[in-house]
Amino acid sequence: MQTMPASLLPDTTIINTNARISYVLYLADNALILGHRNSEWCGHGPALEQDIALSNIALDLLGQARHLYQYAAELYNQLNPSAPVTEDHLAYLRDVRDFRNCLLAEQPNGHWGQTVLRQFFFSCWQYYFYQQLQHSNDTQLQAIAIKSLKEVTYHLRWSSEWVIRLGDGTAESKTRMQQAAADLWPYTHELFQPAAFEQEAVSAGYGVTPGSIEKDCLGRIQHIFSEATLSVPVTQPGLHSGGKTGVHTEHLGFILAEMQFLQRAYPGSEW
Amino acid sequence: METVEITCPDQVFLDKLDRELKIEPKDWMPEPYRQTLIRQISQHAHSEIVGMLPEGNWITRAPSLKRKAILLAKVQDEAGHGLYLYAAAETLGISREKMYQQLHNGKAKYSSIFNYPTLSWADIGAIGWLVDGAAIMNQVPLCRNSYGPYARAMVRICKEESFHQRQGFEILLTLSRGTPQQRAMAQDAVNRWWWPSMMMFGPPDASSPHTQQSMRWKIKRFTNDELRQKFVDICAEQATILGFSLPDPLLKWNATTGHFDFGPINWDEFNQVINGNGPCNKERLDARRKAWDDGEWVREAAEAHAAKQKTKAAAA
Repeated sequence: MQTMPASLLPDTTIINTNARISYVLYLADNALILGHRNSEWCGHGPALEQDIALSNIALDLLGQARHLYQYAAELYNQLNPSAPVTEDHLAYLRDVRDFRNCLLAEQPNGHWGQTVLRQFFFSCWQYYFYQQLQHSNDTQLQAIAIKSLKEVTYHLRWSSEWVIRLGDGTAESKTRMQQAAADLWPYTHELFQPAAFEQEAVSAGYGVTPGSIEKDCLGRIQHIFSEATLSVPVTQPGLHSGGKTGVHTEHLGFILAEMQFLQRAYPGSEW
Repeated sequence: METVEITCPDQVFLDKLDRELKIEPKDWMPEPYRQTLIRQISQHAHSEIVGMLPEGNWITRAPSLKRKAILLAKVQDEAGHGLYLYAAAETLGISREKMYQQLHNGKAKYSSIFNYPTLSWADIGAIGWLVDGAAIMNQVPLCRNSYGPYARAMVRICKEESFHQRQGFEILLTLSRGTPQQRAMAQDAVNRWWWPSMMMFGPPDASSPHTQQSMRWKIKRFTNDELRQKFVDICAEQATILGFSLPDPLLKWNATTGHFDFGPINWDEFNQVINGNGPCNKERLDARRKAWDDGEWVREAAEAHAAKQKTKAAAA
Protein backbone atom coordinates (compact mmCIF):
# COMPACT_ATOMS: atom_id res chain seq x y z
CA MET A 1 0.00 0.00 0.00
CA GLN A 2 1.29 3.40 -0.91
CA THR A 3 1.36 5.86 1.94
CA MET A 4 2.07 9.52 1.78
CA PRO A 5 5.57 10.43 2.88
CA ALA A 6 5.06 12.23 6.18
CA SER A 7 7.29 15.03 5.04
CA LEU A 8 4.71 16.08 2.48
CA LEU A 9 2.21 17.26 5.05
CA PRO A 10 3.10 20.71 6.33
CA ASP A 11 3.89 20.66 10.04
CA THR A 12 1.02 22.59 11.61
CA THR A 13 2.96 23.14 14.83
CA ILE A 14 5.56 25.16 12.94
CA ILE A 15 2.80 27.21 11.31
CA ASN A 16 0.72 27.74 14.44
CA THR A 17 3.66 28.84 16.56
CA ASN A 18 4.95 31.30 14.00
CA ALA A 19 2.90 34.48 13.79
CA ARG A 20 4.42 35.65 10.53
CA ILE A 21 3.64 32.41 8.70
CA SER A 22 0.14 32.40 10.21
CA TYR A 23 -0.38 35.97 9.09
CA VAL A 24 0.74 35.33 5.52
CA LEU A 25 -1.40 32.20 5.35
CA TYR A 26 -4.42 34.13 6.62
CA LEU A 27 -4.07 36.50 3.66
CA ALA A 28 -3.32 33.68 1.23
CA ASP A 29 -6.28 31.57 2.34
CA ASN A 30 -8.63 34.56 2.01
CA ALA A 31 -7.57 35.09 -1.59
CA LEU A 32 -7.57 31.42 -2.52
CA ILE A 33 -10.97 30.60 -1.09
CA LEU A 34 -12.76 33.63 -2.51
CA GLY A 35 -11.01 33.05 -5.84
CA HIS A 36 -12.26 29.46 -5.74
CA ARG A 37 -15.83 30.58 -5.14
CA ASN A 38 -15.67 33.09 -7.97
CA SER A 39 -14.18 30.51 -10.31
CA GLU A 40 -17.28 28.35 -9.78
CA TRP A 41 -19.13 30.90 -11.93
CA CYS A 42 -16.87 30.40 -14.94
CA GLY A 43 -19.15 29.41 -17.83
CA HIS A 44 -22.35 30.17 -15.93
CA GLY A 45 -22.47 33.96 -15.67
CA PRO A 46 -25.50 36.09 -16.57
CA ALA A 47 -23.72 37.61 -19.60
CA LEU A 48 -20.52 36.72 -21.39
CA GLU A 49 -18.82 40.01 -20.47
CA GLN A 50 -19.55 39.43 -16.78
CA ASP A 51 -18.43 35.84 -16.96
CA ILE A 52 -15.09 37.18 -18.16
CA ALA A 53 -14.95 39.94 -15.55
CA LEU A 54 -15.58 37.62 -12.62
CA SER A 55 -13.10 35.05 -13.93
CA ASN A 56 -10.58 37.88 -14.10
CA ILE A 57 -11.14 38.67 -10.45
CA ALA A 58 -10.82 34.99 -9.62
CA LEU A 59 -7.52 34.90 -11.49
CA ASP A 60 -6.25 38.00 -9.70
CA LEU A 61 -7.12 36.50 -6.33
CA LEU A 62 -5.49 33.22 -7.26
CA GLY A 63 -2.39 35.14 -8.30
CA GLN A 64 -2.32 36.97 -4.97
CA ALA A 65 -2.76 33.68 -3.14
CA ARG A 66 0.17 32.19 -5.02
CA HIS A 67 2.52 35.05 -4.12
CA LEU A 68 1.51 34.73 -0.49
CA TYR A 69 1.77 30.93 -0.33
CA GLN A 70 5.16 31.11 -1.98
CA TYR A 71 6.31 33.57 0.64
CA ALA A 72 4.82 31.46 3.45
CA ALA A 73 6.63 28.42 2.06
CA GLU A 74 9.88 30.38 2.05
CA LEU A 75 9.41 31.33 5.71
CA TYR A 76 8.45 27.79 6.61
CA ASN A 77 11.42 26.28 4.80
CA GLN A 78 13.82 28.54 6.69
CA LEU A 79 12.53 27.01 9.91
CA ASN A 80 12.30 23.48 8.58
CA PRO A 81 14.84 23.03 5.79
CA SER A 82 14.88 19.23 6.04
CA ALA A 83 11.32 18.84 4.72
CA PRO A 84 10.65 21.83 2.48
CA VAL A 85 7.16 22.67 1.23
CA THR A 86 5.84 24.55 -1.80
CA GLU A 87 2.79 26.72 -2.43
CA ASP A 88 0.88 23.57 -3.33
CA HIS A 89 1.60 21.78 -0.04
CA LEU A 90 0.18 24.75 1.81
CA ALA A 91 -2.93 25.03 -0.36
CA TYR A 92 -3.66 21.36 -0.92
CA LEU A 93 -2.48 19.53 2.18
CA ARG A 94 -3.88 21.50 5.09
CA ASP A 95 -7.29 20.68 6.52
CA VAL A 96 -10.24 22.83 7.54
CA ARG A 97 -8.94 23.61 11.02
CA ASP A 98 -5.65 24.85 9.57
CA PHE A 99 -7.23 27.26 7.09
CA ARG A 100 -7.45 30.83 8.36
CA ASN A 101 -9.62 32.57 5.78
CA CYS A 102 -12.50 34.75 6.92
CA LEU A 103 -15.94 33.14 6.84
CA LEU A 104 -17.16 35.69 4.31
CA ALA A 105 -14.87 34.24 1.62
CA GLU A 106 -16.25 30.71 1.92
CA GLN A 107 -19.95 31.62 1.80
CA PRO A 108 -21.73 29.98 -1.16
CA ASN A 109 -22.18 31.97 -4.37
CA GLY A 110 -25.96 32.08 -4.21
CA HIS A 111 -27.31 34.28 -6.99
CA TRP A 112 -25.29 36.83 -8.95
CA GLY A 113 -26.25 39.60 -6.54
CA GLN A 114 -24.95 37.65 -3.53
CA THR A 115 -21.70 36.98 -5.33
CA VAL A 116 -21.10 40.61 -6.27
CA LEU A 117 -22.04 41.80 -2.80
CA ARG A 118 -19.66 39.31 -1.17
CA GLN A 119 -16.99 40.58 -3.54
CA PHE A 120 -17.83 44.19 -2.69
CA PHE A 121 -17.53 43.65 1.08
CA PHE A 122 -14.31 41.73 0.63
CA SER A 123 -12.75 44.13 -1.89
CA CYS A 124 -13.63 47.03 0.35
CA TRP A 125 -11.75 45.42 3.21
CA GLN A 126 -8.87 44.35 0.98
CA TYR A 127 -8.57 47.84 -0.49
CA TYR A 128 -8.03 49.59 2.84
CA PHE A 129 -6.05 46.69 4.20
CA TYR A 130 -3.51 46.65 1.35
CA GLN A 131 -3.22 50.43 1.51
CA GLN A 132 -1.93 50.01 5.06
CA LEU A 133 0.13 46.92 4.27
CA GLN A 134 2.10 48.96 1.75
CA HIS A 135 3.82 50.44 4.80
CA SER A 136 4.71 47.07 6.29
CA ASN A 137 8.32 46.70 7.43
CA ASP A 138 8.34 43.30 5.71
CA THR A 139 9.54 44.04 2.18
CA GLN A 140 7.86 40.95 0.71
CA LEU A 141 4.47 41.87 2.14
CA GLN A 142 5.03 45.42 1.04
CA ALA A 143 5.66 44.33 -2.55
CA ILE A 144 2.66 42.00 -2.59
CA ALA A 145 0.46 44.78 -1.20
CA ILE A 146 1.56 47.27 -3.85
CA LYS A 147 0.97 44.81 -6.67
CA SER A 148 -2.36 43.57 -5.30
CA LEU A 149 -3.70 47.04 -4.64
CA LYS A 150 -3.85 47.81 -8.35
CA GLU A 151 -6.02 44.73 -8.89
CA VAL A 152 -8.16 45.31 -5.82
CA THR A 153 -8.88 48.89 -6.87
CA TYR A 154 -10.48 47.47 -10.01
CA HIS A 155 -12.35 44.76 -8.07
CA LEU A 156 -13.76 47.40 -5.76
CA ARG A 157 -14.88 49.56 -8.65
CA TRP A 158 -16.41 46.66 -10.53
CA SER A 159 -18.29 45.28 -7.53
CA SER A 160 -19.43 48.77 -6.42
CA GLU A 161 -20.90 49.36 -9.86
CA TRP A 162 -22.78 46.08 -9.70
CA VAL A 163 -24.12 46.75 -6.21
CA ILE A 164 -25.42 50.10 -7.43
CA ARG A 165 -26.83 48.64 -10.63
CA LEU A 166 -28.72 45.88 -8.83
CA GLY A 167 -29.78 47.95 -5.82
CA ASP A 168 -31.09 50.71 -8.06
CA GLY A 169 -32.33 48.40 -10.85
CA THR A 170 -35.76 46.81 -10.56
CA ALA A 171 -37.96 46.11 -7.54
CA GLU A 172 -36.95 42.47 -7.75
CA SER A 173 -33.23 43.18 -7.88
CA LYS A 174 -33.50 45.58 -4.94
CA THR A 175 -35.29 43.00 -2.79
CA ARG A 176 -32.71 40.39 -3.69
CA MET A 177 -29.84 42.74 -2.82
CA GLN A 178 -31.33 43.82 0.48
CA GLN A 179 -31.75 40.16 1.43
CA ALA A 180 -28.20 39.35 0.33
CA ALA A 181 -26.95 42.23 2.49
CA ALA A 182 -28.81 40.86 5.50
CA ASP A 183 -27.35 37.38 4.90
CA LEU A 184 -23.74 38.46 4.41
CA TRP A 185 -23.45 41.37 6.81
CA PRO A 186 -22.91 39.24 9.96
CA TYR A 187 -19.74 37.83 8.36
CA THR A 188 -18.14 41.23 7.88
CA HIS A 189 -17.43 41.97 11.56
CA GLU A 190 -14.85 39.23 11.84
CA LEU A 191 -12.49 41.03 9.47
CA PHE A 192 -11.97 43.79 12.04
CA GLN A 193 -11.54 41.57 15.10
CA PRO A 194 -7.85 40.86 15.72
CA ALA A 195 -6.54 37.32 16.03
CA ALA A 196 -3.46 36.71 18.18
CA PHE A 197 -1.20 36.44 15.12
CA GLU A 198 -2.44 39.79 13.89
CA GLN A 199 -1.65 41.47 17.20
CA GLU A 200 1.86 40.08 16.99
CA ALA A 201 2.12 41.26 13.38
CA VAL A 202 1.14 44.75 14.41
CA SER A 203 3.60 44.95 17.31
CA ALA A 204 6.41 43.66 15.08
CA GLY A 205 5.59 46.32 12.48
CA TYR A 206 4.68 44.14 9.52
CA GLY A 207 0.90 43.88 10.01
CA VAL A 208 -2.20 46.06 9.91
CA THR A 209 -4.36 46.77 12.97
CA PRO A 210 -7.67 45.25 11.82
CA GLY A 211 -9.83 47.77 13.68
CA SER A 212 -7.99 50.71 12.16
CA ILE A 213 -9.60 50.30 8.76
CA GLU A 214 -13.14 49.60 9.96
CA LYS A 215 -14.28 53.22 9.78
CA ASP A 216 -13.05 53.65 6.20
CA CYS A 217 -14.66 50.39 5.12
CA LEU A 218 -17.97 51.28 6.70
CA GLY A 219 -17.86 54.75 5.15
CA ARG A 220 -17.32 53.30 1.70
CA ILE A 221 -20.08 50.74 2.17
CA GLN A 222 -22.51 53.44 3.34
CA HIS A 223 -21.65 55.60 0.35
CA ILE A 224 -22.15 52.83 -2.22
CA PHE A 225 -25.28 51.52 -0.49
CA SER A 226 -26.79 54.96 -0.53
CA GLU A 227 -26.16 55.26 -4.27
CA ALA A 228 -27.68 51.82 -4.63
CA THR A 229 -30.71 52.93 -2.60
CA LEU A 230 -30.02 50.07 -0.16
CA SER A 231 -29.86 50.30 3.60
CA VAL A 232 -26.86 49.06 5.51
CA PRO A 233 -27.93 46.33 7.92
CA VAL A 234 -27.66 47.21 11.57
CA THR A 235 -26.41 44.27 13.58
CA GLN A 236 -23.96 43.91 16.37
CA PRO A 237 -21.16 41.39 15.97
CA GLY A 238 -22.58 37.96 16.79
CA LEU A 239 -20.97 34.57 16.69
CA HIS A 240 -20.24 34.61 12.96
CA SER A 241 -16.51 34.56 13.38
CA GLY A 242 -13.70 32.09 13.95
CA GLY A 243 -12.22 31.72 10.48
CA LYS A 244 -8.90 33.21 11.53
CA THR A 245 -8.47 30.48 14.13
CA GLY A 246 -9.75 27.70 11.89
CA VAL A 247 -13.31 27.49 13.19
CA HIS A 248 -15.20 27.69 9.91
CA THR A 249 -18.71 27.31 8.56
CA GLU A 250 -19.61 23.89 7.19
CA HIS A 251 -18.99 25.11 3.64
CA LEU A 252 -15.20 25.09 3.80
CA GLY A 253 -14.94 21.31 4.18
CA PHE A 254 -16.68 20.82 0.85
CA ILE A 255 -14.54 23.41 -0.88
CA LEU A 256 -11.40 21.64 0.31
CA ALA A 257 -12.73 18.17 -0.49
CA GLU A 258 -13.21 19.31 -4.07
CA MET A 259 -10.10 21.42 -4.40
CA GLN A 260 -7.69 18.97 -2.76
CA PHE A 261 -9.10 15.77 -4.27
CA LEU A 262 -6.29 14.96 -6.71
CA GLN A 263 -3.46 15.80 -4.34
CA ARG A 264 -5.07 13.65 -1.64
CA ALA A 265 -6.00 10.74 -3.95
CA TYR A 266 -2.61 10.54 -5.68
CA PRO A 267 -0.20 11.70 -3.00
CA GLY A 268 3.28 12.80 -3.92
CA SER A 269 2.60 13.02 -7.67
CA GLU A 270 3.82 15.72 -10.01
CA TRP A 271 1.10 17.38 -12.06
CA MET B 1 -19.73 59.31 -75.95
CA GLU B 2 -18.76 58.04 -72.57
CA THR B 3 -19.69 54.45 -71.85
CA VAL B 4 -21.07 53.53 -68.52
CA GLU B 5 -20.21 50.05 -67.52
CA ILE B 6 -22.97 48.40 -65.59
CA THR B 7 -21.87 45.52 -63.45
CA CYS B 8 -24.28 43.47 -61.45
CA PRO B 9 -23.48 43.20 -57.72
CA ASP B 10 -23.02 39.48 -58.01
CA GLN B 11 -20.19 40.07 -60.45
CA VAL B 12 -18.49 42.51 -58.10
CA PHE B 13 -18.80 40.03 -55.28
CA LEU B 14 -17.32 37.13 -57.26
CA ASP B 15 -14.62 39.37 -58.63
CA LYS B 16 -13.59 40.32 -55.10
CA LEU B 17 -13.44 36.67 -54.11
CA ASP B 18 -11.27 35.87 -57.12
CA ARG B 19 -8.89 38.68 -56.26
CA GLU B 20 -8.71 37.49 -52.63
CA LEU B 21 -10.25 40.73 -51.37
CA LYS B 22 -12.29 40.67 -48.18
CA ILE B 23 -16.03 41.06 -48.17
CA GLU B 24 -16.96 43.66 -45.54
CA PRO B 25 -20.29 44.10 -43.67
CA LYS B 26 -21.50 46.96 -45.85
CA ASP B 27 -20.67 45.22 -49.13
CA TRP B 28 -23.36 43.55 -51.15
CA MET B 29 -23.33 39.79 -50.68
CA PRO B 30 -25.61 37.00 -51.88
CA GLU B 31 -28.17 36.03 -49.27
CA PRO B 32 -27.05 32.37 -49.13
CA TYR B 33 -23.46 33.57 -48.45
CA ARG B 34 -24.76 35.67 -45.56
CA GLN B 35 -26.84 32.80 -44.20
CA THR B 36 -23.97 30.33 -44.49
CA LEU B 37 -21.73 32.67 -42.57
CA ILE B 38 -24.32 33.31 -39.87
CA ARG B 39 -24.80 29.58 -39.47
CA GLN B 40 -21.08 28.86 -39.36
CA ILE B 41 -19.95 31.77 -37.18
CA SER B 42 -22.75 31.39 -34.65
CA GLN B 43 -22.12 27.65 -34.50
CA HIS B 44 -18.49 28.43 -33.83
CA ALA B 45 -19.39 31.00 -31.13
CA HIS B 46 -21.75 28.52 -29.45
CA SER B 47 -18.99 25.91 -29.52
CA GLU B 48 -16.74 28.28 -27.60
CA ILE B 49 -19.22 28.92 -24.81
CA VAL B 50 -20.52 25.37 -24.57
CA GLY B 51 -16.88 24.27 -24.67
CA MET B 52 -16.30 26.21 -21.46
CA LEU B 53 -18.44 23.68 -19.60
CA PRO B 54 -16.50 20.39 -19.86
CA GLU B 55 -13.23 22.13 -19.04
CA GLY B 56 -14.72 24.49 -16.47
CA ASN B 57 -15.73 21.27 -14.76
CA TRP B 58 -12.10 20.85 -13.57
CA ILE B 59 -11.22 24.41 -12.51
CA THR B 60 -12.13 23.83 -8.88
CA ARG B 61 -10.31 20.47 -8.89
CA ALA B 62 -7.13 21.38 -10.77
CA PRO B 63 -4.22 19.58 -9.07
CA SER B 64 -1.91 22.55 -8.48
CA LEU B 65 -2.27 26.30 -8.19
CA LYS B 66 -0.33 26.80 -11.40
CA ARG B 67 -2.53 24.38 -13.35
CA LYS B 68 -5.60 26.02 -11.86
CA ALA B 69 -4.49 29.46 -13.02
CA ILE B 70 -3.69 28.17 -16.52
CA LEU B 71 -7.01 26.36 -16.84
CA LEU B 72 -9.06 29.27 -15.55
CA ALA B 73 -7.31 31.62 -17.97
CA LYS B 74 -7.91 29.17 -20.79
CA VAL B 75 -11.63 28.81 -20.16
CA GLN B 76 -11.84 32.57 -19.85
CA ASP B 77 -10.11 32.88 -23.25
CA GLU B 78 -12.88 30.73 -24.68
CA ALA B 79 -15.47 33.18 -23.38
CA GLY B 80 -13.46 35.89 -25.13
CA HIS B 81 -13.48 33.89 -28.36
CA GLY B 82 -17.25 33.54 -28.05
CA LEU B 83 -17.47 37.30 -27.68
CA TYR B 84 -15.40 38.07 -30.81
CA LEU B 85 -17.39 35.56 -32.83
CA TYR B 86 -20.81 36.74 -31.71
CA ALA B 87 -19.67 40.25 -32.59
CA ALA B 88 -18.53 39.08 -36.04
CA ALA B 89 -21.90 37.38 -36.62
CA GLU B 90 -23.73 40.50 -35.50
CA THR B 91 -22.19 42.40 -38.43
CA LEU B 92 -24.28 40.13 -40.66
CA GLY B 93 -27.51 41.39 -39.14
CA ILE B 94 -28.37 38.93 -36.37
CA SER B 95 -28.43 39.81 -32.66
CA ARG B 96 -26.59 37.91 -29.95
CA GLU B 97 -29.88 37.32 -28.18
CA LYS B 98 -31.37 35.73 -31.29
CA MET B 99 -28.33 33.46 -31.60
CA TYR B 100 -28.70 32.43 -27.96
CA GLN B 101 -32.35 31.64 -28.61
CA GLN B 102 -31.36 29.39 -31.49
CA LEU B 103 -28.84 27.63 -29.28
CA HIS B 104 -31.30 27.20 -26.44
CA ASN B 105 -34.12 25.87 -28.60
CA GLY B 106 -31.83 23.43 -30.36
CA LYS B 107 -32.06 25.09 -33.77
CA ALA B 108 -28.39 26.04 -33.81
CA LYS B 109 -25.68 23.44 -33.42
CA TYR B 110 -22.34 23.55 -31.67
CA SER B 111 -19.35 21.26 -31.96
CA SER B 112 -20.44 17.75 -30.99
CA ILE B 113 -17.16 17.13 -29.15
CA PHE B 114 -18.41 19.07 -26.13
CA ASN B 115 -21.13 16.52 -25.54
CA TYR B 116 -18.58 14.11 -24.09
CA PRO B 117 -17.81 14.11 -20.35
CA THR B 118 -14.50 15.11 -18.71
CA LEU B 119 -13.90 12.29 -16.25
CA SER B 120 -10.35 12.83 -15.07
CA TRP B 121 -7.70 15.52 -14.92
CA ALA B 122 -6.03 13.89 -17.90
CA ASP B 123 -9.08 14.79 -19.99
CA ILE B 124 -8.00 18.41 -19.67
CA GLY B 125 -4.69 17.45 -21.24
CA ALA B 126 -6.36 15.34 -23.95
CA ILE B 127 -8.80 18.11 -24.82
CA GLY B 128 -5.95 20.57 -25.14
CA TRP B 129 -3.86 18.27 -27.27
CA LEU B 130 -6.53 16.64 -29.46
CA VAL B 131 -9.59 18.87 -29.41
CA ASP B 132 -7.72 22.16 -29.56
CA GLY B 133 -5.34 20.54 -32.04
CA ALA B 134 -8.23 19.61 -34.33
CA ALA B 135 -9.79 23.03 -33.82
CA ILE B 136 -6.58 24.75 -34.92
CA MET B 137 -6.41 22.57 -38.00
CA ASN B 138 -9.91 23.75 -38.89
CA GLN B 139 -9.36 27.33 -37.86
CA VAL B 140 -6.00 28.35 -39.29
CA PRO B 141 -7.37 28.32 -42.86
CA LEU B 142 -10.33 30.39 -41.62
CA CYS B 143 -7.94 33.27 -40.92
CA ARG B 144 -7.91 33.66 -44.72
CA ASN B 145 -11.65 33.26 -45.25
CA SER B 146 -13.37 35.81 -47.43
CA TYR B 147 -15.48 37.58 -44.82
CA GLY B 148 -13.38 40.31 -43.17
CA PRO B 149 -14.78 40.41 -39.60
CA TYR B 150 -14.70 36.61 -39.34
CA ALA B 151 -11.16 36.35 -40.72
CA ARG B 152 -9.89 39.01 -38.31
CA ALA B 153 -11.59 37.34 -35.33
CA MET B 154 -9.98 34.06 -36.32
CA VAL B 155 -6.48 35.55 -36.35
CA ARG B 156 -6.80 36.48 -32.67
CA ILE B 157 -8.44 33.18 -31.79
CA CYS B 158 -5.81 31.04 -33.51
CA LYS B 159 -2.98 32.69 -31.59
CA GLU B 160 -4.58 31.74 -28.29
CA GLU B 161 -5.67 28.30 -29.45
CA SER B 162 -2.17 27.22 -30.35
CA PHE B 163 -1.10 28.29 -26.88
CA HIS B 164 -3.87 26.13 -25.39
CA GLN B 165 -2.84 23.19 -27.50
CA ARG B 166 0.72 23.36 -26.18
CA GLN B 167 -0.60 23.57 -22.62
CA GLY B 168 -2.65 20.41 -23.19
CA PHE B 169 0.31 18.59 -24.65
CA GLU B 170 2.38 19.65 -21.66
CA ILE B 171 -0.21 18.28 -19.20
CA LEU B 172 -0.08 14.91 -20.98
CA LEU B 173 3.71 15.00 -21.14
CA THR B 174 3.88 15.54 -17.37
CA LEU B 175 1.45 12.67 -16.80
CA SER B 176 3.41 10.43 -19.16
CA ARG B 177 6.47 10.93 -16.95
CA GLY B 178 4.48 10.42 -13.75
CA THR B 179 3.35 7.40 -11.76
CA PRO B 180 1.82 4.31 -13.43
CA GLN B 181 -1.58 5.54 -12.27
CA GLN B 182 -1.04 8.88 -13.96
CA ARG B 183 0.09 7.22 -17.19
CA ALA B 184 -2.99 4.99 -17.15
CA MET B 185 -5.19 8.03 -16.52
CA ALA B 186 -3.68 9.80 -19.51
CA GLN B 187 -3.88 6.79 -21.85
CA ASP B 188 -7.52 6.34 -20.92
CA ALA B 189 -8.23 9.99 -21.71
CA VAL B 190 -6.49 9.73 -25.10
CA ASN B 191 -8.51 6.59 -25.87
CA ARG B 192 -11.79 8.33 -25.13
CA TRP B 193 -11.05 11.62 -26.94
CA TRP B 194 -9.35 10.29 -30.09
CA TRP B 195 -12.35 9.26 -32.17
CA PRO B 196 -14.60 12.16 -31.19
CA SER B 197 -11.70 14.48 -32.16
CA MET B 198 -11.47 12.78 -35.57
CA MET B 199 -15.17 13.48 -36.02
CA MET B 200 -14.62 17.20 -35.42
CA PHE B 201 -13.71 17.64 -39.10
CA GLY B 202 -17.24 16.72 -40.05
CA PRO B 203 -18.62 14.07 -42.41
CA PRO B 204 -16.48 12.67 -45.24
CA ASP B 205 -16.28 14.88 -48.33
CA ALA B 206 -18.59 12.60 -50.28
CA SER B 207 -21.42 13.34 -47.84
CA SER B 208 -20.62 16.93 -46.90
CA PRO B 209 -23.33 18.95 -48.66
CA HIS B 210 -21.95 22.47 -48.14
CA THR B 211 -18.28 21.91 -48.92
CA GLN B 212 -18.17 22.80 -52.62
CA GLN B 213 -20.18 25.99 -52.29
CA SER B 214 -18.21 27.08 -49.20
CA MET B 215 -14.97 26.52 -51.06
CA ARG B 216 -16.17 28.59 -54.01
CA TRP B 217 -17.07 31.39 -51.57
CA LYS B 218 -13.66 31.02 -49.94
CA ILE B 219 -15.21 30.48 -46.55
CA LYS B 220 -13.63 27.06 -46.55
CA ARG B 221 -10.14 26.42 -47.92
CA PHE B 222 -9.66 22.69 -47.44
CA THR B 223 -12.10 19.80 -47.39
CA ASN B 224 -13.01 17.86 -44.25
CA ASP B 225 -11.03 14.82 -45.33
CA GLU B 226 -7.93 16.84 -46.20
CA LEU B 227 -7.88 18.44 -42.78
CA ARG B 228 -8.58 15.15 -41.03
CA GLN B 229 -5.63 13.51 -42.76
CA LYS B 230 -3.36 16.36 -41.73
CA PHE B 231 -4.52 15.94 -38.14
CA VAL B 232 -3.87 12.19 -38.11
CA ASP B 233 -0.39 12.66 -39.57
CA ILE B 234 0.59 15.15 -36.88
CA CYS B 235 -1.00 13.32 -33.93
CA ALA B 236 0.41 9.94 -34.85
CA GLU B 237 3.91 11.38 -34.49
CA GLN B 238 3.20 13.39 -31.36
CA ALA B 239 1.68 10.34 -29.68
CA THR B 240 5.05 8.62 -30.05
CA ILE B 241 6.76 11.51 -28.25
CA LEU B 242 4.20 11.25 -25.46
CA GLY B 243 4.54 7.48 -25.30
CA PHE B 244 0.79 6.90 -25.68
CA SER B 245 -0.96 4.78 -28.25
CA LEU B 246 -3.90 5.95 -30.35
CA PRO B 247 -6.89 3.58 -30.16
CA ASP B 248 -6.86 2.57 -33.82
CA PRO B 249 -5.42 -0.83 -34.76
CA LEU B 250 -5.39 0.19 -38.44
CA LEU B 251 -3.29 3.30 -37.90
CA LYS B 252 -0.17 2.73 -39.96
CA TRP B 253 2.38 4.74 -41.96
CA ASN B 254 1.84 4.38 -45.70
CA ALA B 255 5.05 5.09 -47.61
CA THR B 256 3.23 5.21 -50.95
CA THR B 257 0.80 7.97 -49.99
CA GLY B 258 3.16 9.65 -47.55
CA HIS B 259 0.37 9.69 -44.96
CA PHE B 260 -0.89 7.57 -42.11
CA ASP B 261 -3.71 5.18 -42.96
CA PHE B 262 -6.45 4.98 -40.35
CA GLY B 263 -9.47 2.87 -39.54
CA PRO B 264 -13.15 3.59 -40.25
CA ILE B 265 -14.90 6.30 -38.25
CA ASN B 266 -18.13 5.41 -36.51
CA TRP B 267 -20.45 7.88 -38.22
CA ASP B 268 -23.46 6.41 -36.42
CA GLU B 269 -22.01 7.68 -33.20
CA PHE B 270 -21.38 11.07 -34.77
CA ASN B 271 -24.96 11.31 -36.00
CA GLN B 272 -26.32 10.24 -32.62
CA VAL B 273 -24.39 13.02 -30.88
CA ILE B 274 -25.33 15.62 -33.52
CA ASN B 275 -28.96 14.64 -33.10
CA GLY B 276 -28.96 15.20 -29.37
CA ASN B 277 -28.27 11.70 -28.09
CA GLY B 278 -24.65 12.14 -27.02
CA PRO B 279 -23.57 11.45 -23.45
CA CYS B 280 -23.90 15.07 -22.26
CA ASN B 281 -26.09 16.92 -24.78
CA LYS B 282 -28.80 17.46 -22.21
CA GLU B 283 -26.44 18.57 -19.45
CA ARG B 284 -24.70 21.07 -21.71
CA LEU B 285 -27.86 22.67 -23.02
CA ASP B 286 -29.48 22.64 -19.59
CA ALA B 287 -26.44 24.45 -18.17
CA ARG B 288 -26.55 27.11 -20.89
CA ARG B 289 -30.29 27.61 -20.49
CA LYS B 290 -29.98 27.80 -16.72
CA ALA B 291 -27.24 30.43 -16.92
CA TRP B 292 -29.42 32.46 -19.26
CA ASP B 293 -32.61 32.09 -17.21
CA ASP B 294 -30.89 32.75 -13.87
CA GLY B 295 -29.30 35.84 -15.36
CA GLU B 296 -32.57 37.33 -16.58
CA TRP B 297 -33.29 39.46 -13.50
CA VAL B 298 -29.68 40.65 -13.54
CA ARG B 299 -29.85 41.79 -17.16
CA GLU B 300 -33.23 43.43 -16.53
CA ALA B 301 -31.91 45.29 -13.51
CA ALA B 302 -28.83 46.44 -15.41
CA GLU B 303 -31.03 47.79 -18.21
CA ALA B 304 -33.42 49.47 -15.77
CA HIS B 305 -30.52 51.13 -13.99
CA ALA B 306 -28.97 52.28 -17.27
CA ALA B 307 -32.31 53.76 -18.33
CA LYS B 308 -32.59 55.65 -15.02
CA GLN B 309 -29.10 57.02 -15.46
CA LYS B 310 -29.95 58.17 -18.94
CA THR B 311 -33.07 59.97 -17.75
CA LYS B 312 -31.07 61.63 -14.97
CA ALA B 313 -28.38 62.73 -17.41
CA ALA B 314 -30.99 64.14 -19.78
CA ALA B 315 -32.67 66.08 -16.95
CA ALA B 316 -29.37 67.53 -15.74
